[in-house]
Amino acid sequence: MVQTLECRGAQEGASPFPAQYLKAFRFMLLSRVLDEKMAGLYRAGKIHGGVFLSRGQEALSASLGLALRKGDIFAPLIRDGAGRLAFGEPVLDAVRTYLGSVLGPMRGRDGNVHRGRPREGLLPMISHLGAMISVVNGALMARRFKKMEGCVGAASVGDGATSTGAFHEGLNQAAVERLPLVLVVANNQYAYSTPNRRQFACEDLMDKAAGYGVPARHVDGTDLEDCLRVLTLTVAQTRAGGGPQMVVASLLRLCGHGEHDDASYIDEELKKSPLGRDCLKVAEERLLREGWADAEAIGALRQQVTQEVDEAVATVQREPGPDPYKENWCALSSRHLSDVFKDLAPAPQP
Amino acid sequence: MSITYLEAIRAAQAKALADDPRVFIYGQDVGAFGGAFKATKNLARDFPGRVLDAPISEDAMVGAAIGAAIEGMRPIIEMQYADFSTPGLNQIINQAATLFWRTQVPCPITIRLPSGGTSGAGPFHSQNLECLYAHYPGLIVMTPATVEDAYSMLLEAVALDDPVIFCEHKRLYSHLKAPALPTEAMPVGKARIARAGRDLTIVAYSAMVQDALAAAEELAAEGSEIEVVDLRTIKPLDTDTIMASVARTGRLLCVGESFPWGGVTAEVIARVAAEGFGLLDAPPQRLNAKDTPIPFHPNLWLVHRPTAESVCAAARNLLEM
Repeated sequence: MVQTLECRGAQEGASPFPAQYLKAFRFMLLSRVLDEKMAGLYRAGKIHGGVFLSRGQEALSASLGLALRKGDIFAPLIRDGAGRLAFGEPVLDAVRTYLGSVLGPMRGRDGNVHRGRPREGLLPMISHLGAMISVVNGALMARRFKKMEGCVGAASVGDGATSTGAFHEGLNQAAVERLPLVLVVANNQYAYSTPNRRQFACEDLMDKAAGYGVPARHVDGTDLEDCLRVLTLTVAQTRAGGGPQMVVASLLRLCGHGEHDDASYIDEELKKSPLGRDCLKVAEERLLREGWADAEAIGALRQQVTQEVDEAVATVQREPGPDPYKENWCALSSRHLSDVFKDLAPAPQP
Repeated sequence: MSITYLEAIRAAQAKALADDPRVFIYGQDVGAFGGAFKATKNLARDFPGRVLDAPISEDAMVGAAIGAAIEGMRPIIEMQYADFSTPGLNQIINQAATLFWRTQVPCPITIRLPSGGTSGAGPFHSQNLECLYAHYPGLIVMTPATVEDAYSMLLEAVALDDPVIFCEHKRLYSHLKAPALPTEAMPVGKARIARAGRDLTIVAYSAMVQDALAAAEELAAEGSEIEVVDLRTIKPLDTDTIMASVARTGRLLCVGESFPWGGVTAEVIARVAAEGFGLLDAPPQRLNAKDTPIPFHPNLWLVHRPTAESVCAAARNLLEM
């Protein structure tokens, strides 16, 4: 029942190797270093709320971010650190949102991975899984109304989101409207602690796409080359008017759901299986093996991205958090229509 | 020549489509069929490509409206019945209502909710959900009670930069008529004195305004002068107009067609009690539907929700307190 597309090899629509591979590797590494920094700050008690790492999903995410371009729509999910960077999100946006800087895009009103720049096509996820798919659809419908052609919208979800009604409604809607949607499912084997066998009963998540008349492809999420090839091809075909497509990536989450979670439930056998490979290590080994980069160059790159992250953190640590007494406590854009509630405990005057 | 409440809603949508290329309508059966209640009759013909049938996917309908609004469009979503907006609740309260607060990007969407009971409609085609939506920050909730307001407030809803829940009452669709469409309107957020009086204030909204006016007429024959305040929007709630009315009458009865726990009537009484306790000559009272699902059979339905008769009875009691 699986409706698959024939991938016609790396040459079609794919990267000029190894330039694209190196570019993706840099975003993967930057994402990993940024994650490690945020995890460190979390353990040091410097971050309020959660920290959610992308560990193990960087190859898939970076490949998606690179396949998109300015003017496209991207609704990342929690493990899309690399894809966000590749799509153009500044490192500062991530750091400011994690640390609650008032200068960040969310200004302390929302935190961690709940960030974005809707005006620039980067949609800020809500926590309800699958909910961003139809929002991407709507943005694409707007582009169609405005006769803007050649745009692609991408939404990322995990295996857990494929059980939601929003996923079903969103994918069906994209198919009915024949929208240029690329839906990327990162099957990382667990939704929080729930394993796939308690999440779905179909043989393969690609089967779900067939039910909506949407073609699907599989990708090895641990292999950057496969990710680049499949995502580039899928996005290009969608951009060319091929209608919505789904990509299902097999990989393993190499961390807890968040840094509060020790991930003790993850099956040791899975960790030892090919799924448990660290995509960053696999990519690094490939770079060395092919001679696309030497150890020294990779070391220098690591140093460079580490410095970029450290500088961003140092900058943001000097920035103020939001001031509750100066906050505009108004949820409406039409301020004059705010309901007025009597304040029995007025703010002390500074 | 007269125009009904339903025709006013259709006319407002036609005007919005004609005046603003950013407007489109999306909902089940709204296209060539013209909608379950014909609120979009001929609009698909007159505005090709801009009145789109949606799959039965309320979550995705609202989600798409939000995405389109982010991109600068001004979508109108028709929920076939207010009752069916609940599968879209997540997108409305968690996505549309939070977007501006989180990102400073406005979310100008209008969601039309054909609300309220009609005889024989039963538990799932009769609900009034305005109180549910009013609970959430970031939403404006309109409850027009007149043909004029149905028209002008729907145009305002589309023009506003915020998500608007537009509760249009099905019972008013065809039986409420006006001589013509209005050329001017009261501002959004202001309540209206629908009938002036000095003995008792009835605060109502949506179809209950009509029941309150009928009750006031009957009580006038008994020598009582009832003031009827039509809230027009329940969020924001025009506390000033309510308070001024209670200052004149000293007695307050709030009437709502929704379920009795919490909601608009409780909110009005809480505000008057907290801020205008000294204005009251008697305990404020409230009248709502019963705390059960909405019944199918007309014998049951007639007593489930407030009517002109029960409003009269409640007002008489309050006048004697």
